[in-house]
Parts: sequence; C-alpha cells; structure tokens
Amino acid sequence: MVRQGNAMTVTGQRPTVEGVTGAVQLKSVSKVFGRGSSAVRALDQISLEVPPGEFTCLIGASGCGKSTLLNLVADLEQPTSGEVSVSGRVALMFQEPALFPWLTAAGNVELAFKARGAGRAERRQRTAELLDTVNLADFGGKRPHELSGGMRQRVALARALAQEADVLLMDEPFGALDAMTRDLLHDELDRVCAGRQLTIIFVTHNVREAVRLGDRVVVLSSRPGRVIDEFAVPIEHPRRIDSAPVAELAGRITDRLREEMSHGAR
Amino acid sequence: MAPGDERSPSAPAYAERLAWLEAQDAETPADQRGRRLANRAWAALWPMVLAIAIVLAIWQLIHLSGWKKLIFPAPGPTLANLWDQMQTAELWHAIGVTAMRAVIGFALAVVIGSVIGALVSRIPPLRAAVGSLITGLQTLPSIAWFPFAIILFGLNTTTILFVIILGAAPSIANGLIAGVDYTPPLLLRAGKMMGLRRLSLYRYLILPASLPAFVAGLRQGWAFAWRSLMAGELLVTIAGQPSLGVLLSTDQDQADMQSATSIIIVILILGIIVHTLFGVADRAIRRRWGLTGSV
Repeated sequence: MVRQGNAMTVTGQRPTVEGVTGAVQLKSVSKVFGRGSSAVRALDQISLEVPPGEFTCLIGASGCGKSTLLNLVADLEQPTSGEVSVSGRVALMFQEPALFPWLTAAGNVELAFKARGAGRAERRQRTAELLDTVNLADFGGKRPHELSGGMRQRVALARALAQEADVLLMDEPFGALDAMTRDLLHDELDRVCAGRQLTIIFVTHNVREAVRLGDRVVVLSSRPGRVIDEFAVPIEHPRRIDSAPVAELAGRITDRLREEMSHGAR
Repeated sequence: MAPGDERSPSAPAYAERLAWLEAQDAETPADQRGRRLANRAWAALWPMVLAIAIVLAIWQLIHLSGWKKLIFPAPGPTLANLWDQMQTAELWHAIGVTAMRAVIGFALAVVIGSVIGALVSRIPPLRAAVGSLITGLQTLPSIAWFPFAIILFGLNTTTILFVIILGAAPSIANGLIAGVDYTPPLLLRAGKMMGLRRLSLYRYLILPASLPAFVAGLRQGWAFAWRSLMAGELLVTIAGQPSLGVLLSTDQDQADMQSATSIIIVILILGIIVHTLFGVADRAIRRRWGLTGSV
C-alpha cells in the first residue's frame, strides 16, 4: 500500500510497465468477493492496456465492476488473479467530492501538496494556480458546504491534480451533477488535460459523456465484468455533447450495450 | 414575486415605500446595530428571566404554604445571604480552590483520556482488551472510588483529583474512540490516495474528523468531573483549604439552611457557565463544518 513518490515502483510491490510513465496494464485480471457458494465474481479475465496520455472511458451497466476495476488500479484492493501494472503515481476522484469539511477549498488542495512534502511557500503558490485553473480563484477561502455541487467537484479535481499523478482515475465524477454543470465541467476537464501529460481512466454509465470526453470507449458486460467491445473516438476536439458525430457514435455504443444486456436477460 | 401577489406596485404606493425606506436610512448604522444587538440579547434573555421568576415564585409559594416552616428557607433572605457571602473573601477563596481543582483534574483527565482513546482506537488487541472496561468505568459512579482513594492517598487533594480523573477520563476516551470509528470511509480513502499515512493520516484526517465527537466526550467528561469534585469535597475536607464543599459541610454542621442554599446556587451557576462555554465551542465547530441549518 506504500505510495510515496514513485515508491510503488521502488518497493516492487507491484510490477510496472517498463520504460514509460503513466501507463496502465491489466492482464487477465479477475476479482472475486466472498467465498464458496456466496462468492461473487465482479471482474472476469479483464485485459486492458492504457497507453500514457490516453483518455479511456469505461462504460457498462451497473454491476459491471467498474468501481472495482478502479480500486484495483488505485491499489486500494488486490486482484484475485491476474496482474495489474501501473507506472507512476495514481490519483482517484469519486462521485462525491469527498472534501474535508473542516478545511477551506484552498486548504483541501494544499493538503495534497503537504502530503507530498512540499514547502509552505510552494504549497501556497501552486494551490492558488490550481484553483485558478479550475476557475475558483476567488473561492479558496470558502468551506465545502458554502460551495455548489459543481464547485465542490472542481475543488476535488484541483485536489486530484495537486497529487501530481501520472494516472487520474475518475469514478463517475460528474454523475451527481445537473446536465448544465456537467457540460461546463466537460469543457473544463478538456482544458485541464490539454496542458498535461495525464493518463485518464474515466468510469461512467452515460454513453454520450464517454464519447464526448474519451479517446477510446471500452464497453464492459455485467456480472461478471468482461471487456466485450471497444470503440475508438475519432472525433476532433473541441467536441460538443449534442453534436451529430458524438450522438451517432453514442448511438452505436448504446446498441452494442443493449445487445449485451438482452443476452444477460436470457 | 410571491405567487398570489398579483397587484403590481402602483406609482404612489411605490413612492410612499421609498420615502419610508429613506426614513429608515436616517438612523445611523451604529444606532441600528446597537438596536439589533439589544433585540437579540432580549430574545435570548427573556425566557431565562421568566424561568428564574417562575422558580422563585414556586419557591416563595412553598415557603408561604408553611411546609417545614422553621427550616425551609425563604427566597428573599436566602438571596440576601448569598449577596452577603459574595462580599466576603471566604466565598471567593472557596470558589478559587474548587475551580483550581476542577481545572487541574479536568485537564489531567483530558490528557489521560485522549492518550487512552487514541491508543485504544488504533490498536485492535488493546481495544478488545480494555474497550468494554472503559465503558464499564464510565457507568461506575465515581463516588464509589472514594474509600479506595482515601485509603490509598489519604485525605488530600490527590484523592480528589484521582476520583475526578476516574470519573471524567472514560467519557473523554470514549468520545475520541467514537470519533475515530465514525470517520467517513470515503474521506479515509481520499486521504490514503493523497498519500497520507500513519501519523500524517491521524493528524490531518482522523483527528480533525473526530473533533465533534471528541467535544461531545469532553462535555460529558466535564459533567462527571464536576460531580466527582463536589462529592470529593464533601467527603475529603482538608484543613486550611475552604472549598465550596467545605462551606457546604460547615453549613450542614451548623444547620445553616440559607447559607447551604446559597452555596448550591453558586455551584449551579458555575456549572451553567462551563456548560455554556462547551455549547459555544460545539456551535462554532458545527458552523465551520456546515452542520447547522443556517450559516
């Protein structure tokens, strides 16, 4: 569980992808919860390769083990079989902002720098920069409960960026937001990613959101979770969630998902 | 505009309202602030004043009913007695001695309770061993410790402090343990992802997250400490240290009902003051965390 700097690669607890930073590899990974007759196979023989800098969206119906997959990559859980390799640091964003209520917005971001051992002046300056990046420059002194849902999730994004990770895992981060706010945050995420070499694995059950954001969309089946298909997204940026190419590809992916779900129902 | 409010403001009514608003502005802001503050103070005070008046009235009625006429004190002379005692150095000295014991005993209980709570909450075998013992101690009336403590330490301040600590520390430890236990798992995951480990996890995440439960434990611990202290001062009288308990037992020996009642009122008021301080701390935390309805 040690993850200080690149300690994860140094301690050799987990294999790393050779020669590159920010890559994620899963080799026939399975995860079973429980034992005997009550055992639940959440993930079955999942193989997935995410090259550095790619924005991969995972999509599937509920129960496809999306969150379990992220927990494995984040080293919060261990696979039952198979191999998970990650090179570089990992940050994780949840559906809830999970901000610390006793700290201000700036305090929350700053704590991530503090955990990394950054000095006081550096922390202050880089926190201000990050809050500016997520358009919250004037809200650093507010406490989480004084911010709107969208603002809180932006603070959470700034906090995740402050962890200076190479791999950013996002677990339905905009799932609890209204459509308008989500749309704004999509633009913001695009802008933030443009300036960084970030590998992103983004879990969602919203097909259009996946097509709007991802370089690639990976479709998972439910119970057990398996990779059943994947789609490259060859649509130019900037994209709009309501544009024709996005809608067209989203439609094809939805058809594929429906087909899979009717299989499951039989 | 509120639903149902369909009439549009006609021009004359509007001008009238503007004039009225300007008239309001004629008052200086300092006046307004002063008035608002007075209003708020009055809103908080009148229920208390009324409650005290009702208590005094019932007290007076009991006196008038003639029940235990010779010994039951009347409110008037009792309050006069309290006023007289407040002019004497003896009462203030006694309050000083008692308050000092309360502060020292409670401070020691906070330190000991916090250390025990921190250790027990983080070390599972220790919790299995002494977790239920702490809860057991919490329910044990601390006055039961006095014979034990008097034999062990003799009739002195150490005995009183010992019993205060045994009374208060379990509540404080349990408050901290509850706070640690109820740290939201999501925040723990977030903290671990940020790279907080062991001590830093404790310092930057678990301790602040436990603060509300810890303050609740402090509050309860204080109530136990204050009771233990009063019991101790009645049982353990030390020459040359006129505490509130000593004054009370002297009154008992001399059957001085008015003075005894005065001292009880003093003890009650001291308890209310400290309780109010804890209330202020509690509200400040709630406001900071956004746990109150209005901010």
